[in-house]
Amino acid sequence: MNYHQPDNRGHFGVFGGRYVAETLMPALLELDKAYRDAKKDPEFLKEFQDYLGHYVGRPSPLYFAQRLTRYCGGARIYLKREDLNHTGAHKVNNTIGQALLARRMGKSNVIAETGAGQHGVATATVAALFEMNCKVFMGKEDIRRQSLNVFRMKLLGAQVESVASGTSTLKDAMNEALRHWVTHVRDTFYVIGTVAGPHPYPMMVRDFQAVIGQEAREQMLQDAGQLPDAAVACIGGGSNAMGLFYPFLKDEHVRLIGVEAAGLGVESGRHAASICAGSIGVLHGNKTYLLQDRDGQIEHAHSISAGLDYPGVGPEHAHLKDIGRAEYVAVTDEEALSAFRRLTELEGIIPALESAHAVAQVMKMAPQMSSDQSILVCLSGRGDKDIHTVAEAMGIDL
Amino acid sequence: MSRISSTFENLRKRGEKALITFLTAGDPSIEVSEQIVHTLVNAGVDLIELGVPFSDPSADGPTIQKASERALGAGASLTGILAMVSRVRQHTNVPIVLMGYYNPILQYDPGKFSRDAAQAGVDGVLLVDLPPEESEELHPHLKKAGIDLITLLTPTTDPERSAKLSAQGEGFLYYVSMTGVTGSKKVDSMAIEESVRRLKAQCNVPVAVGFGISTAEEARSIAHFSDAVVVGSALVKLIAEYQHSPALLDEVAAFASRLKSAVKLAPQNDDFSHNKNENAM
Repeated sequence: MNYHQPDNRGHFGVFGGRYVAETLMPALLELDKAYRDAKKDPEFLKEFQDYLGHYVGRPSPLYFAQRLTRYCGGARIYLKREDLNHTGAHKVNNTIGQALLARRMGKSNVIAETGAGQHGVATATVAALFEMNCKVFMGKEDIRRQSLNVFRMKLLGAQVESVASGTSTLKDAMNEALRHWVTHVRDTFYVIGTVAGPHPYPMMVRDFQAVIGQEAREQMLQDAGQLPDAAVACIGGGSNAMGLFYPFLKDEHVRLIGVEAAGLGVESGRHAASICAGSIGVLHGNKTYLLQDRDGQIEHAHSISAGLDYPGVGPEHAHLKDIGRAEYVAVTDEEALSAFRRLTELEGIIPALESAHAVAQVMKMAPQMSSDQSILVCLSGRGDKDIHTVAEAMGIDL
Repeated sequence: MSRISSTFENLRKRGEKALITFLTAGDPSIEVSEQIVHTLVNAGVDLIELGVPFSDPSADGPTIQKASERALGAGASLTGILAMVSRVRQHTNVPIVLMGYYNPILQYDPGKFSRDAAQAGVDGVLLVDLPPEESEELHPHLKKAGIDLITLLTPTTDPERSAKLSAQGEGFLYYVSMTGVTGSKKVDSMAIEESVRRLKAQCNVPVAVGFGISTAEEARSIAHFSDAVVVGSALVKLIAEYQHSPALLDEVAAFASRLKSAVKLAPQNDDFSHNKNENAM
């Protein structure tokens, strides 16, 4: 398979692009150029690798989940342990990369949007590390359900801006971050946390996250002696999935499966399954699959997991869906909660609710497969931040 | 000659600058905003910018965000707005420019939208999140329908890009007076004068200046060197304040008249602009 995406204006097939206010265009052109230069600079790449190794703790382990495998009774299940990264999720791979780039571009103010707070924490962390001023935009509703991460960001020296417009969740945080960026574009670097937004973000975030798939691919060959039959990851904007999938795109016999949040069920209308149940539109700087009404107004997403609660998806996923290279499915709140508990009980690993969606999909697939087959799943983050949400869902007062 | 060009041509002949006002279509309702448009035209407004509300207005400040929410809450849609334009068009020749975000037009279908908008009497379209790099899906349809795609330029646009974009300008150029969202802070007319003069040397269409202009005084100081002044958030704020009051239309008329007198009386010491406009027509 010959795959070269995106084109030089950031299009993945018909998706992606740069749908932004003119005020931001020069900043995006400058960022594109700076990133292309950095990517060719061995010094930059070495520094990125050094931080990933010594600060993030990479490579993250590949773990054969023996008890979960036995419980499912089918394919062998391997977990790529991004939850063991510093700060507890895959998000930091990208924020290290973007902070190094911001420093190279001479920008000392960084801003970020966050849903579950993982990207906000990862950005606040690198801002502390590189002595940068950091402002994180977060929906009021998410601040309520992720108070632990809010406190972490504040401890790290970041300013957390509560966003009360719209649905008070991730999409509104992104709107507000864009408004702030448009106003302070000259000295501010916007650290986008997922493979969405205007070009070059979807490409750049994918490249920084591709370390997940590169390591996992080697580890599978080494530990399991073969590539997996399927690679599975959850999708909100889709950064851990894109990072996992990208190095496997040319291995056409490896099925790539992205798991969206079906919330209360896709047919209920209360979900965040943009690819499975959305249509093509333009939001937050790129053309992609969106949850929207017939008039092009963006609809509310719903998921128990704040990190998946977004009505769009990265444009490269939209493209992979269209060319048939990746498959996209959706898992409900209830299925994710049940997988959350099962993985905790069987393996002693408490996954993030986002990652529990991927685990739930694996638990559906594995029994249908044979024991000489294997599934690789990205455990994108740890679940400490979700303890309150899970307790609430179980009717337990902490 | 298009309605936009002939409006600017007539103003030039009279030695006046243009007043452009923005309101969100459907705020607080389609009926009331239609009355507001008539009121504005009667008060002397030269060009109407009608905002097409969008659920995620990421380039707008709180004033226009709230107006969009009110309009959507009252059921505004692109279809309803085009119907409103065709009703307005039966009574006036004022140029009407639709302003907003790309997604509602994309869902309507760019080709069908261009035909329906032209039919309704729309003269221009200004989309804040559709830079020239992404406009090929819409622009040819608009061109065929005789609708201008208005170009936005900003203080961050570098000289090379600015020269390229302004040379392709249709209708008029919209110079965003500052880096920011709509309605965010006071405009500094001194700082933007130089940029506007440079733009006028590069383009064949009139130059309008907008974002952050809220008083007659500010409008006058901008009209001193621009061809048109755009007032948006200040009017939208007034509409919000008086939306439940019987004095709404009177307040709108008084505000627009004050702005118009200020813009009209702006000194005409700008020979260069005069010449350029002549070339343009």
